[in-house]
Amino acid sequence: MSKTDDTAETTERPASGGGRADWEERTLRPALDRKNERDVEFTTVSHMPVDRLYTHQDLPADWKPSDKLGYPGEYPFTRGIHPTMYRSRLWTMRQFAGFGSAAQTNQRFKYLLDHGQTGLSTAFDLPTLMGRDSDDEMSHGEVGREGVAIDSLADMEVLFDGIPLDRVSTSMTINAPAAVLFVMYLAVAENQGVSFEKLNGTLQNDILKEYIAQKEWIYPPRPSIRIITDLMAFCMRQVPRWNTISISGYHIREAGSTAVQELAFTLADGIGYVQAGIDAGLDVDAFAPRLSFFFNSHNDFFEEIAKLRAARRIWARVMRERFGAKKPRSWMLRFHTQTAGCSLTAQQPYNNIVRVTIQALAGVLGGTQSLHTDSYDEALALPSDEAVTVALRTQQIIAEESGVANTVDPLAGSYFVESLTDRIEREATDYIRKIDEMGGIVDAIDAGFPQKEIADAAYRYQRQVDEGSKTIVGVNKYVRDDEKRPELLRIGEEMERGQLERLRRVKAERDNDQVERCLDALAKAGRNGDNLIPLMLDAVRAYATVGEVCKSLVPVFGTYRETSVL
Amino acid sequence: MNQERKLRMLVGKVGLDGHDRGVKIVARAFRDAGFEVIYTGLHQTPEAVVNTAIQEDVDAVSLSILSGAHNYLFPKVIELLREKGAGEIAVFGGGIVPEEDIPGLKAAGVLEIFTPGASTNDIIAWVRNNIHPRKLD
Repeated sequence: MSKTDDTAETTERPASGGGRADWEERTLRPALDRKNERDVEFTTVSHMPVDRLYTHQDLPADWKPSDKLGYPGEYPFTRGIHPTMYRSRLWTMRQFAGFGSAAQTNQRFKYLLDHGQTGLSTAFDLPTLMGRDSDDEMSHGEVGREGVAIDSLADMEVLFDGIPLDRVSTSMTINAPAAVLFVMYLAVAENQGVSFEKLNGTLQNDILKEYIAQKEWIYPPRPSIRIITDLMAFCMRQVPRWNTISISGYHIREAGSTAVQELAFTLADGIGYVQAGIDAGLDVDAFAPRLSFFFNSHNDFFEEIAKLRAARRIWARVMRERFGAKKPRSWMLRFHTQTAGCSLTAQQPYNNIVRVTIQALAGVLGGTQSLHTDSYDEALALPSDEAVTVALRTQQIIAEESGVANTVDPLAGSYFVESLTDRIEREATDYIRKIDEMGGIVDAIDAGFPQKEIADAAYRYQRQVDEGSKTIVGVNKYVRDDEKRPELLRIGEEMERGQLERLRRVKAERDNDQVERCLDALAKAGRNGDNLIPLMLDAVRAYATVGEVCKSLVPVFGTYRETSVL
Repeated sequence: MNQERKLRMLVGKVGLDGHDRGVKIVARAFRDAGFEVIYTGLHQTPEAVVNTAIQEDVDAVSLSILSGAHNYLFPKVIELLREKGAGEIAVFGGGIVPEEDIPGLKAAGVLEIFTPGASTNDIIAWVRNNIHPRKLD
C-alpha cells in the first residue's frame, strides 16, 4: 500500500496548471526559501507524522470507495452504521454522573433528565468498582468520592427512585463486579413492575481493559471471562435489549496510549470476548449484536475522526471474515464516546470548554452513537452542577446550531482523512496480528505487552510536554500566575459515616440465613460451572452486599495480582 | 572516598485508586534522573507502604492519589511512619488535590504536593533540593 511516487506522476487526473511536482517546483519551493515552516516535523498528539499536503496520490492506486467506504448503513460501515445518521435521530447525550450517596446521585440524575439529557450513566465509587463494601478496611476515605457508593439493593432502590426503568436507558460503568450491579438493576426493575425485556442500557463489563489500563479487578482473567459469558447467555434469553459489554478504549487512552494503541487493544479485547462467547457454545449472531464499544476523543481532531472511521471498518471485517458472522447487526461497531479527561488542565480551567468542544465535534464527525462531554472542572474535582450544564450545552450547540449533523460523514473523501483512516487501520491491524501471535489478548496481558506499550507511549508524551515539543495551553505555554479558581463540588466526611450506618442497618434487618444460603449456592455454581447470574440475582434480592457476593467466589476463582511493569 | 549514595525513593499507590499513568511516569523519570526507585504496585494499604519504606531504607516516600482520598491516606502514612520510629522518612506526592486541601496536608507533615500539569523536571529539581540521603546507622 505504498504511496504513488511523486516523481512518477501520471496525467490521468491532471490538476489545472500541471501536477504536484510542478507545484512543488513553481510555488512551494520559493515559499519555503522565503520562510521555513514552523517545525521540521509535524505529528499528531499520538506522534504520527503528518505531511504538508494530501492529494489523490496519497491514496494507493487501488483505493476504491466501494471497497474502503461503502455507503452509510452498509458494510464495511466506514461512513456510519445508519443510512441517515443524525438526520433521523441525534446521538444520545449521556452524561456520566455519580457521587456521594445514592440519594445525591438520584438528584443529579433527575437534574440531568430535566435539562434534556436522554440517557443515564452511572459512575460508582472505588470500593464498589473493586467489589468491596463501604465498611471494608480498604474503603476508608474512598466512599462516595469518585462515584456513588452502592453496597446493597437498598442503595440501588434509592439510586433509581422515581425513574421509570422502562422509559430510560441506563449505562453502568462497572467491570469486575458488573454482574452483581446488573442483577441489582434487574431487582429494582422487578420492584417497579417492569419486565426484563423492556430494559434498555449498557453494562461496561469489560474486564480485559482493567488488566490493561484501569486496574480495578477482583479475579484473574479466565474466571472473569467466564462470568461475562454467563451474563451474555443470560441476557440473550432474558434481557434481549441490554448491551452486555461496552468494550472500552477510553481507559486505555487515559492511561497514556496512542490513538492506534487505543483502537488496537480495544478491538483485540473485543476479539477476545467474541472468541470466548463462541468457545462457550454461543451463536455469534445471537450475542455479537449486543456488544458495543466505548472510545476516547482526544485533542487531535483528524486523528480521532480517522480512528473512529477505521474502527468500524476493521470490526466489520473481523466479524464477517474472521468469525463468520452473518447478520449485518453483528458486523456493526456501535460506540459511545467520551471526551478525554486526561487532556483537561487544572490550569485556566475554562480553556477546557474549548478542548471539550473540539473533542466532542470529532466524536460526532466520527459517527458516535452516544456522547459524554467532560466538565471543565474535572482536573480539579468532581464536576459542579454549573460545569455539567455547560458540558451538556456544548453537545446541544453542536447538534442544533453547528450544522454538522445535517449530512452523513461529511469528511469522507478528504485526502487527508482517508489516508489517515487507512494508516490507523494498518497500524492497528499490525498490533492485532502481533497479539494473535502471542496467543490472544489474555496471553498478551499475562506477558505485560499492552501495559508496556502504553507506559512507553505515556512516558514519551510526558517528555515531549516537559521539553515543550508538544504544547498544552496554560500548562507549558501561555502560563499565567494569577488564576481564578472555579467553585468546586466537595464530598463531605459525613457521607462516609452515613453510608456505613445504612449498610449496618441493611445487615441487621435482612434474613442473614437466607443470605448465607444464597451465597453458598453461588459458590457451588462457581465450582460446577452452572450459570452464575440467576444465583447472583437471588443473592441480591436477599440484600446480600456487593462485597459479600464478590467474596463468595474468591475461594473458587482466586484473586488477581499484577506484575508491575515500569 | 566519601561518596554520597544515591537517593532511594519509594514510589507508591495507596488505597483502591488504579490510576497509574502518573505514578509510572514519575517512577521512570526518577530512575532516569539517577535515583534508586522502588515501585509498590497498585492497591497498597498504608501499612504495606510503610513497611516497605522501612525495609528498603528509603529516603522518601512519594505517593500518587487521584481518587480524592488524599486527606485520609497521606496523614495515615505519616502517622504510621512516626509510630514505627521512621518519622524522618520524607513524604510527598501528587494527584488531583484541590488547592485548599494542600495547607492541611502540609500541616500534617506532607512536604510537597504536585498537582496536575506539574512537569517531571520540576518534580526532580524539587527532590534534589529537598530530599537528602539519610544517614543510616
